[in-house]
Amino acid sequence: MTQAEIGDYFLAERLTSPPPREARPTTPRRRRRPRFGRGIVLAIAALYFLVPLYAAMDFSLKNIQGHFSLSPLTQIAAQPGFGAAVGLSFRLSVVTLVIEMLLMVPTVIYVHLRLPRFRRVMEVITILPIVIPPIVLILGVLQAVRPYQWISSSPYLLAVVYVVLAMPFVYRSLDSGLGALDLKTLVEASRSLGSGWISTMWRVLIPNLRSALLSASVLTLALVFGEFTMAQLDLWTTVPVWIYNSSSNNPHVVTAVAMMFLIAMWLVLTIIVSLDRTHRRTKGQTS
Amino acid sequence: MTRNEVLDTSRAVVAVASTKAGAPVQLDALTRSYGATRALDHFSLDVRPGEFVALLGPSGCGKTTALRMVAGFDRPDTGQILVDGADVSHIPAQKRDMGMVFQSYSLFPNMTARDNVAFGLRLRHQRSAARRQRANELLELVGLGEHVAKYPHQLSGGQQQRVALARALAIEPRVLLLDEPLSALDAKVRAELRDQIRALQQRLAITTLFVTHDQEEALSMADRVCVMNQGRVEQIASPAELYAQPSTAFVAEFVGVSSRVPVTRQGDQVELFSRAVAIRGDAPAAVPLDALLRPEDVRVRVDESGEGVVQHRSFLGATSRLEIGFADVVIKTDVRSNDAALYDLGTRVSLELAAHDVLVTPRRLPDDLR
Repeated sequence: MTQAEIGDYFLAERLTSPPPREARPTTPRRRRRPRFGRGIVLAIAALYFLVPLYAAMDFSLKNIQGHFSLSPLTQIAAQPGFGAAVGLSFRLSVVTLVIEMLLMVPTVIYVHLRLPRFRRVMEVITILPIVIPPIVLILGVLQAVRPYQWISSSPYLLAVVYVVLAMPFVYRSLDSGLGALDLKTLVEASRSLGSGWISTMWRVLIPNLRSALLSASVLTLALVFGEFTMAQLDLWTTVPVWIYNSSSNNPHVVTAVAMMFLIAMWLVLTIIVSLDRTHRRTKGQTS
Repeated sequence: MTRNEVLDTSRAVVAVASTKAGAPVQLDALTRSYGATRALDHFSLDVRPGEFVALLGPSGCGKTTALRMVAGFDRPDTGQILVDGADVSHIPAQKRDMGMVFQSYSLFPNMTARDNVAFGLRLRHQRSAARRQRANELLELVGLGEHVAKYPHQLSGGQQQRVALARALAIEPRVLLLDEPLSALDAKVRAELRDQIRALQQRLAITTLFVTHDQEEALSMADRVCVMNQGRVEQIASPAELYAQPSTAFVAEFVGVSSRVPVTRQGDQVELFSRAVAIRGDAPAAVPLDALLRPEDVRVRVDESGEGVVQHRSFLGATSRLEIGFADVVIKTDVRSNDAALYDLGTRVSLELAAHDVLVTPRRLPDDLR
């Protein structure tokens, strides 16, 4: 195309195109960023996550001869100790969740409502379980409860420790959920209408913290099902410990189990998020 | 909603809402300090049954603290709160039986408008059908009959406050507490809701305490207005009395518009605009005094040899306000807007006193202004 042709093209373009909209003075038009840059970043990130998953999936769907086979998947349920490990992890996750919510929900609400200055201290306190290595935490706990046989011999000691471990995630979820509410006004409105504290929590606050509670629950569930160090040192066979113990006997099946749990967790998360999104769309909740 | 609709609505209240008589409220020498700050300082107020009293004052004067104490959200350091003769100072908020409308939108986001209104009834163990019917009726009453199934985020600010009002009335409270419920709304909605609240309150004869910093709201809605300053009562009076006969300089300057003019006392009179005029107020004899003049206390006319000069003119609708330089002070007065063209900037005018007496107060010295 010659220079003149280019000029004609732009002239025709100007004449046939609709008149330009009035420029908005306050929001200058942003320069369009090249899309390929974003695509590359996204592709690298996707590869980083998907390649190991693909490798594990590929490995789990092969038999000992290296051929494609669904037998590792079909053998999962028949593996010795697998059912017991799943049962224990499930019970621990339920107990952890119940203790966590009973402990954290009233505490975080109280701090927001009555001790707002204490929020910074809470942030520091709740970050400690991340800073302190799990091995240090569990060894300290085991040492402390050694004289009390009924505690040290119970698997639910792990649930108590998991409560501490999940605290940073649960606190942050609840903190951001409460931050999105006009907590003081809602509580006072509820009380002025004759509601006591428990009723206010149950009927007003918890329904409005639905998303925050869901995300805290998912994070706790994922943590309990994935925690290895503490369960191993406390000599309880949870799912991660079972996977570790069985990995040398039947690596294909064990990898299949790991993949199944990953997919199951992902499915649970997707279902919860989509349910919550539907709920928010109909009820217009904020947190 | 038009004024007629408001009145129709309020007439319907008799059929729908309870005619439970409002309870008298007595606040007796309430004191409350937050650290070194004294929010309330021996604050006393008697509210008669069915009366609408506005607590008016600048930010930080203690009006919201007083209301929150009546609601039960705060407790006085000393003093008593009596409702219907019984001391409720130590009764928790949920047992006080008071309806409250808050400044910020306080509807429960997880409930529809109907469920919000029925919330208090549910706590009182009313049957589902009965509370549903009553919630519908109250929402109809506040003009939201078509919005019963909507969630708060689907309602405008004015609609949300009307639902909050219906919710507060649903429990048939002994006292209705309004904590600046109109301040977040735009001017038109505010005026409509103001009429609606007043009409409902009058029909229900419910004792009402209304906190506001907006003098127009207080004067137009309340039976009596309690002007507060630094945790104390400055004056409690009807709106007309408060405006016409402010008992302190603070009230005169906070309520309505006032101009300060230096005067010299001669016995029980002062000389103002070359005329002796009786004084109001208990200013000491030996101190320099200022007279406080309302715009309507001053008459103005164009006069080439007059002492005043028009410095500013602003259009207010039916009237225009003139700011007239007189000696070393500025005096504000109003003229009909039809005549305002006579008073261009720089026009010389003479001033005349239209009032029979004037409020005097010790002169504000430069130190007071710091």
